[in-house]
Amino acid sequence: MDQLLWAVFDTLRAAGNGMMLSAQSDDPGLFMQTVNWISRRSEMLMELMLEHLWLVVLTLIIAVIISVTVGIIISYYESMAQTVLGICQILMVIPSMAMLAFMVPLFGIGFTTGVMALVLYSLLPIVRNTYTGIRELDPAIVEAAKGMGMTERRILFKIKIPLARPVIMAGVRTAAVMMIGIAAIAAYVGAGGLGELIFSGISRGHQPMIIAGAIGVSIIAIVFDYLLYYGEKRFAVEGRTREGN
Amino acid sequence: MIKLEGLTKVFPGHNIPAVKELNLEIKEGDVCVLVGPSGCGKTTTMKMINRLYEPTGGKIYIRGEDALQMDPIKLRLDIGYVIQEIGLFPHMTIEENVATVPNEKQWPKDKTREKVKEVMTLVGLDPDVFKDRYPTALSGGQRQRVGVARAMVSDPPIMLMDEPFGAVDPITRARLQNEFLRIQERMGKTIVFVTHDIDEAIKMSDTIAVMREGELIQHDTPSDLLSAPADEFVSNLVGRNRSIKRLHLIRINEILEDVSRGKPLNEDAKKDDIEKQLAESDIRSVIVVDRDNKLKGVIGVNDLKRKAGEVARDYCQDVSDTITDDATLNDALSVMLEIGEGYVAVVNEDDRYQGTITLGDLLNVVKEDS
Amino acid sequence: MLRNIWVWVGIPLIMIGIAAAIVIYSVNNPTDSIVARMLTYERVFRVIREHMGLLLVSMTGATIVGVAGGIMLSRPSLYRIGRVMETIVNIGQTVPSLAVLALFYTILGLGFRVAVFALFLYSILPILRNTFAGIDGVEHNIIEAARGMGMHPLRILTRIELPIAFPIIVAGLRTAIVINVGAATLATFIGGGGLGDLIVTGLSVHRDMIIINGAVIAAVTAILLDYLIGKVEERVVRWA
Ligand SMILES: Nc1ncnc2c1ncn2[C@@H]1O[C@H](COP(=O)(O)OP(=O)(O)OP(=O)(O)O)[C@@H](O)[C@H]1O
Ligand SMILES: [Mg+2]
Repeated sequence: MDQLLWAVFDTLRAAGNGMMLSAQSDDPGLFMQTVNWISRRSEMLMELMLEHLWLVVLTLIIAVIISVTVGIIISYYESMAQTVLGICQILMVIPSMAMLAFMVPLFGIGFTTGVMALVLYSLLPIVRNTYTGIRELDPAIVEAAKGMGMTERRILFKIKIPLARPVIMAGVRTAAVMMIGIAAIAAYVGAGGLGELIFSGISRGHQPMIIAGAIGVSIIAIVFDYLLYYGEKRFAVEGRTREGN
Repeated sequence: MIKLEGLTKVFPGHNIPAVKELNLEIKEGDVCVLVGPSGCGKTTTMKMINRLYEPTGGKIYIRGEDALQMDPIKLRLDIGYVIQEIGLFPHMTIEENVATVPNEKQWPKDKTREKVKEVMTLVGLDPDVFKDRYPTALSGGQRQRVGVARAMVSDPPIMLMDEPFGAVDPITRARLQNEFLRIQERMGKTIVFVTHDIDEAIKMSDTIAVMREGELIQHDTPSDLLSAPADEFVSNLVGRNRSIKRLHLIRINEILEDVSRGKPLNEDAKKDDIEKQLAESDIRSVIVVDRDNKLKGVIGVNDLKRKAGEVARDYCQDVSDTITDDATLNDALSVMLEIGEGYVAVVNEDDRYQGTITLGDLLNVVKEDS
Repeated sequence: MLRNIWVWVGIPLIMIGIAAAIVIYSVNNPTDSIVARMLTYERVFRVIREHMGLLLVSMTGATIVGVAGGIMLSRPSLYRIGRVMETIVNIGQTVPSLAVLALFYTILGLGFRVAVFALFLYSILPILRNTFAGIDGVEHNIIEAARGMGMHPLRILTRIELPIAFPIIVAGLRTAIVINVGAATLATFIGGGGLGDLIVTGLSVHRDMIIINGAVIAAVTAILLDYLIGKVEERVVRWA
């Protein structure tokens, strides 16, 4: 416990020092340094940001295809469901550094490793939401469709998936926000993106670089979260409300 | 016991008062029923009495003491409160729920346990069945009874009951009402009771307070309210068929003597006796009892022809339903309509036969009054 | 009873056993001299100790501050601030853990304490939010019934509000622990040590054996903690 108190104390002292330093010294403060650095390196920043987005979007597409399929399958085979969801839960709980580390011996350093780790991570939220979204539909609706002579295939595509869509979307949103953060870490194993700025910034002690990277990643995450939140709401208007993740 | 003087409540941000200049006095041991349309301020009035809401103006006296000067927590511990939404604690068993106030008062555990059992039985919930359940495992009506038990467990001299029987079916409701009245006769608590149901109000009350838009329109005994409604609003509220409503006011045991129709048949009576009694009967049936005066059954004119036998016991059939003598005439009417007969047998608490009431008797009561 | 022992002791021991077996095997059969030098019991114990230090200190602090803060913000006088805080916390949680650590590094520099502090702040968020939301979610009429029966506000908090909110608070703790364990492996980047050290070392000297050891221990720690708190979560609600 006193470790923590020390940490609080240190923070206050350091913050105080930091302020006094920047107030007294002639060189521009950290904030201005960062702004300058960003304006000078805007092209590189743009490139890294696109790289980051590409990694996330590509994995998201793969993850959605796999996870939704798995979610649908286990919604038919109740006995498998708990096992599959349990495995996904375990995958998500594994620390991202550990997950990336497991991938390195298999796929080496690079983009693929990042993609693989990210896909494994995003399984749980999407699989679980697809599964619960379908399972928690009012059974009367499915009965009615059966009663009208719809085939199981048509029930799936015309009834179940459309009605479960808002819940699935909520899972996609959780997965996407998580991925943006983990993609940053994946830069350490060569997957590229804004994480590179953070890591090389730390190793070189280049503060503006770190701040640009950290804030860049945070902004992407917040914006994604916001956009998908509205997407989710749009879907929800069609009937169902969002299911927690 | 309870006296409200110019009691007013204006909720912040509202310009019309929810309760306006309310004057009301409730005598010790009386049941005062608040009635009125939804939103007229009944709940608000109650919550001011136990100070869940602070009045904007006016005074509240309880046993002559200024309630607004008292410590609200002490005040509330001595006022039983049945909240409109029931408000059971979902994480506590029924026993723990009912024991809330004793635990607040730090009663000894044994005493609490005994008392909880007692009140649960009183409201018709078998403690052995229900005490370890959680509220989610109860029906709406059962929950409501737990709410009532919880309010009365510490024997508070005053009870505030906000629609305590709102969520139960009419038959259970009538039963709970009768139980309530029986308990009240013994305990003599001072009770403020809210209901939407004017019939319930007439049946349960010593006095009725009619409210509209936060104001008290009339405060009277039920029979005065029925015979002399203060204005159009009140007379609409009590409804057009006021004379039928009188059936709520009269208990069966009050008229049973006047309508006495001779002795019931003993189960060992011979066929001749049966025939003789049947001929005299205005309901074309005779009631049969055993030696202890317990109800055995009934013999109709047709039963005598259809069945073979020696004594009454051989001919009689079970009765579909009976009624206790402390129920109201209205309850008797409901039972008759339900079993599709023009009469109903009356028994007392120990199941002994007391007499028989017919539709004709009810008609006479209604006619006399109007 | 037997089932209980299995759930609370058996399964955790098996998980720890697997990790221990891998460590023991690796230390005794290093693939080359570099592994032999870098993967020693001493080193493994040190990083585990550091890791547990990071977790324990930051989680204890975050739980105390988060629960206390959540309770305070749910009081009527601070309720408005609580609602604003909810929004801020939601945004804060969207910020990736690496970004949080990196930003704290730029302000406070390197070290164990900085890492602890960053983890502490980051883990407060889910606990604070769930405590607030859990208490806020207690139905109004339940509180009113309690008040109406003469319960003291403090007793209402301890006997009614907190027990009803408890499952949600535990869910918040679970989220916080999972996030915290994950972020703790990143502490190494800002000189905080922990199991991340082993992984990063392994990556820099290109020795898979070291990488796997770090990853396995980190993964088992995370899975075990999540498993245990998940079991607690199953137990706490007898009434729903
Ligand atoms: N806490 C509150 N804040 C603001 N307005 C309130 C509050 N409680 C009640 N009101 C308003 O005060 C008026 C009286 O409400 P009250 O609950 O006393 O009605 P009621 O007679 O009990 O109605 P019902 O029969 O539907 O229970 C209503 O217009 C209601 O909207
Ligand atoms: Mg009301």
